[in-house]
Amino acid sequence: MEDRFSTWLELSKGQMGGSSPCASCKLLRRRCAKDCIFAPYFPSDDPQKFAMVHKVFGASNVSKMLQELPVHQRADAVSSLVYEANARVRDPVYGCVGAISYLQSQVSQLQMQLAVAQTEILCIQMHQEPNNTLQTTSSQSQIDDVQDDKSLLLSCNNFNTIPQYLGFASSSNAIQDPLKRESLWT
Amino acid sequence: MSNSSRCAACKSLRRKCPQDCVLAPYFPSNNPQRFSWVHKIFGASKITKMLQQLPVELRGEAADCMAMEAYLRVENPVYGSVGIIYQYQQQIIEVQNEIIKINGEIAVYNALLQHQQLQQHQDSFFSTDNDFNL
Repeated sequence: MEDRFSTWLELSKGQMGGSSPCASCKLLRRRCAKDCIFAPYFPSDDPQKFAMVHKVFGASNVSKMLQELPVHQRADAVSSLVYEANARVRDPVYGCVGAISYLQSQVSQLQMQLAVAQTEILCIQMHQEPNNTLQTTSSQSQIDDVQDDKSLLLSCNNFNTIPQYLGFASSSNAIQDPLKRESLWT
Repeated sequence: MSNSSRCAACKSLRRKCPQDCVLAPYFPSNNPQRFSWVHKIFGASKITKMLQQLPVELRGEAADCMAMEAYLRVENPVYGSVGIIYQYQQQIIEVQNEIIKINGEIAVYNALLQHQQLQQHQDSFFSTDNDFNL
């Protein structure tokens, strides 16, 4: 009897890859296969991590997303999914978009401060050498550079899609209201 | 409800769109792409559940935000909206460093200006003193 039990135990361990099931398989109450796609990223000692991701995205969606990625990118993908899931659990209305809005407003404020500082230094330079035409010319080009820098800082390929996208088929103001929640992201 | 007035969600899921469809107000039929992003990343049942857990007045904004997150994840399957957050954080650091650098330059200029003014004041004081001696 004991021999058969030991054999059964060894076989079970072999089926599970010789270790306890990952957090995902524990939560989903299923056998953790050797090639379980979740196992490398959701160890059994951190069940909350998978619970959060499963709550927001669902195990099958996460599995599909990971399968579509090369192996070397899956760890980063899992980290970002965990971050997003945590954000959405903390803030069920705005999630990560709340953080994006807050950071966007911070960037705008800092860019204004930068423009003021750059204008101030140009004024100082012009005041110090008002008769120097070369300096004035370079100051004018510096003023142009300020405008270019500003427009450069303001434009970003990915960011331009955000406000356009939010206006789609809804009259809500997801950009403005999350500013009230900025304390969550400080 | 007739086929033509089904919301994008019910059209995509190939089901009848009831009068009280939770998703219909936020996924109109004229924007099927929006629901397809959300369906791909969150799934129809998850998004329905998440919206149902919110008061009605907040569901519009929640749907917008989830649609944006889903879109960003489809565009960038590895980092999604977290990639945007990271880029903004990097941009903030760069702009802050630039402001610090320029404020430093302003401080140097102001110090030089003060020194020049002090020098001029001293020069004019000594030249007045010479007049008295005469």
